[in-house]
Amino acid sequence: MPCKSLEILVGLFVSLCIAALFFLALQVSNYSDLQDNGSYTVNAHFENVGGLKSKALVSMAGVPIGRVTEISFDSDNYDALVKIRIDARYNNLPSDTSASILTSGLLGDKYIGLTPGGLDEFLQEGDNIELTQSALVLERLISQFLFNSADDDK
Amino acid sequence: MNFFQSIGHSSLKFLAKLGRSSLFFSAILTGFGYTLSRPGLLIKQLYNIGVLTFWLIAISGLFVGMVLGLQGVYTLSTFGAESSLGIMVAASLVRELGPVVSALLFAGRAGSALTAEIGLMKATEQLSAMEMMAIDPLKYIIAPRFFAGFISLPLLAALFSAIGILGGYLAGVELLNVDSGSYWSQMQGAIDFHDDIINGVIKSIIFAWLVSWIALFEGYDAVPTASGISRATTRTVVTSAFAILLFDFLLTALMFGAS
Amino acid sequence: MLLFYNLIFLCYTMISIRNLTFSRGNRKIFDNISLDIMPHKITAIMGPSGTGKTTLLKLIAGQLRPDSGTLLVDQKNVHQLSRTELYKLRKKMGMLFQSGALLTDMSVYDNIAFPIREHTQLPESMIRTLVLMKLNAVGLRGARDLMPSELSGGMARRVAMARALALDPEMIMFDEPFTGQDPISLGVLVKLIKKLNQTLHLSSIVVSHNVVETASIADYIYLISEGKVAGQGTPEELNTTKSDWVQQFMQGKADGPVPFHYPAQDINSDLLSNNAKL
Ligand SMILES: Nc1ncnc2c1ncn2[C@@H]1O[C@H](COP(=O)(O)OP(=O)(O)O)[C@@H](O)[C@H]1O
Ligand SMILES: [Mg+2]
Repeated sequence: MPCKSLEILVGLFVSLCIAALFFLALQVSNYSDLQDNGSYTVNAHFENVGGLKSKALVSMAGVPIGRVTEISFDSDNYDALVKIRIDARYNNLPSDTSASILTSGLLGDKYIGLTPGGLDEFLQEGDNIELTQSALVLERLISQFLFNSADDDK
Repeated sequence: MNFFQSIGHSSLKFLAKLGRSSLFFSAILTGFGYTLSRPGLLIKQLYNIGVLTFWLIAISGLFVGMVLGLQGVYTLSTFGAESSLGIMVAASLVRELGPVVSALLFAGRAGSALTAEIGLMKATEQLSAMEMMAIDPLKYIIAPRFFAGFISLPLLAALFSAIGILGGYLAGVELLNVDSGSYWSQMQGAIDFHDDIINGVIKSIIFAWLVSWIALFEGYDAVPTASGISRATTRTVVTSAFAILLFDFLLTALMFGAS
Repeated sequence: MLLFYNLIFLCYTMISIRNLTFSRGNRKIFDNISLDIMPHKITAIMGPSGTGKTTLLKLIAGQLRPDSGTLLVDQKNVHQLSRTELYKLRKKMGMLFQSGALLTDMSVYDNIAFPIREHTQLPESMIRTLVLMKLNAVGLRGARDLMPSELSGGMARRVAMARALALDPEMIMFDEPFTGQDPISLGVLVKLIKKLNQTLHLSSIVVSHNVVETASIADYIYLISEGKVAGQGTPEELNTTKSDWVQQFMQGKADGPVPFHYPAQDINSDLLSNNAKL
C-alpha cells in the first residue's frame, strides 16, 4: 500500500507536467488558431508564387485571418493554384477581393495580403479570387531596373 | 585473423544480447495488464522515477532556457531581429533540447538508479526468491518500473520545454528588454502544434521507451556482483545516451527533413 | 511384478531424480546423479561447499535446466512444465535461500505477508494473525517492524524461513538454515524443522554442514561429492558404514578421500610457476 503523501506527490507531479503540456499547446504554439471554429477555403491563381509556402499567413489590413493550406501547379493554365483557408468569422469578404503575395520586411517570410473590393456578394467555399498580384521576384525587378535605366540613357 | 575473429565474436555477442532484450521486452508487455490491475505499484514507481527527477529537470530546464535567451539576444541583435527571440527559444526547446536533454538527464538520474536497483535485487537473489514464491518478477518488479519510466519522461520533457521557454522569457524580456508582446506572438506564429509540439512529444515517448528498456534490461542482465552491477550501470548511461542521439537524428530526419 | 514394484515406488517419492547431468561452463557439477526424496520425511543433503547443493535445489525448483536426465517433483517433470504449471507447483514448495533473499524495500512483516497477499484474498486481519504466528515460530515476532537491512545474517535467515512457510507449502527446502545462528537459535531451529515436519507432514530437504544437528533430525542423508552420490542412508547407517568417504565427512576429518581443495594443479608446481612468471 503506497502511503497517502506518496499519492499526493505523484498526483501533483502528473498534473504539473500536464499543465506544462497545455502551456506548450495553448501559449507557445498555434494550437488555438488551428482549432477549427469553422473555416472556408477559396482558390487563387498566381502567375508566380515566389517563395510562398503552405501555412503562410493570410491577412487583411495587416490582421491575420487565415492560412495557405496548399500550393500546386495548375497544368491547364500553367500557373500556381493556391488554396487559402479563411476563418469562418470573416465570412463577409466581398467576392471581388484581390490577393497579392507580399514580403514581411526586406528578407522576411512571404504572406498573402487581401484587399477588399466593393461588391455586395461575399466569397464562399470554393470560390476563386480573380484579381491576383504575383510575388515580386528580385532578379526580375533588378533586370527591369537595368533595362529601364539603359532606355533612359539613350 | 584474430582481428576478424574478435569482430565476429563481438557482433555475435551483440546479436545475442539484442535477442535476449527483445524477449525481455515482450515479457514486459505481457505485464501491462498486471500493472494496470495494481495501480499501487505504478504509483510507487512514478514517485521513484518521476517525482524524484522532477527538480533536476525543472532546474536544468530553467537554466537552459535562460542561456538560450541570453545567447539568442546577442546573436539576433546583430541582425536586428531580437523580436524573433521567442521563435528561436521555443523552436530549439520544443523540437530538440526538451526531448533530448531531459532524456539524457533522465538516463543519468533514473536510468542508472533502475539498473543498480534491479542488478542488486538479482545479486541478492530477491528476483529468484520471488520466482520461488510463484510471483513473476517481470510482472511485479520490472513492468511497473517500465511503464512508470515510459509515462514519466514525456511529461518531464514537456516540463523541461515549458520551464525553458519561461526561462528564455526571464532572460530575454525581463533582463535584456526584448518586447514581451513580440516574444509570445512571434512564437505562436512560428511554432506549429502538429509539426513542433506533437513531434517533440513523439520523440520523448520514443526516448522514454529506449531509456526504460535499456536501464531495466541492463539491470536484469547484469553479472550479479559488485563490479558487474557497476559496469551495467555505466553501460546504461552510455548506451542510453548513444541510443537517444542516434534516434534523435533518425527521427529529426524523418519528421523535419521532408518539409 | 517389476512394473508393479516400480509403480509403488513412483507413488512413494516426492522428488525423483534420474541420471541427471548438469554443467556450468566446462565443469560438470552433477554427473549422472540419481536420488529420491520421500514425502513427509526430512532428507538431508550434505557435502563439501562448492559441490552443488544449492545448484541441486535450484534444479528441483525449475530455476536451472539440466543438460540431461529427468527430475520429477510430485510426479511432474519440472523441466517440461509450462510457466503457469511451474508456478502452480512452486506454490506448494517453500525455499529458504542461503542468503535469505528478503525483499529489501519492505519491512520484515511485509516480507512475510507478501506471498500471502499475492496469492490469497484473505482480509488484512487474518494475514496479520498468520504473519505473527510464523514470526513467533522463528522467535522474531518483536522484529516485525525492522527493515531487512537492520537484521543480522542469522535473523534474516530466520525471517526468510518464516516467509518460506507463509503459504503452508507441502514441501520445503532449507539451504543452510543453521549457518550463522547462535547456539540457542540453532537449537530452536533444529527443533522447529523437526516439529514442522511432524505436525504439518511437510517433506523437508535440509542442506547443511552441521553434521551433528542434521543427523539428529534427518530421516535420510545423501552425501554428495564431485557430482556423485558418495554415500546415502539413515544417520545410523552412515555412522556405521565402512566407507572412508562417509567417515571422513561425518567426523570432519581434514585428511581422506574427499578433497579439501577445489580442483587445482599440484601446489609446488603452482607456486614455482608463479615465481617463474614474476
Ligand atoms: N552462477 C554461477 N555461474 C557459474 N558457476 C557457478 C554459479 N553458481 C555456482 N557456480 C559453481 O557451481 C558450483 C556449485 O555451487 P553451489 O551449488 O552454490 O555449491 P554449494 O554446494 O556450496 O551450495 C560451485 O563450484 C560454483 O563454482
Ligand atoms: Mg550453497
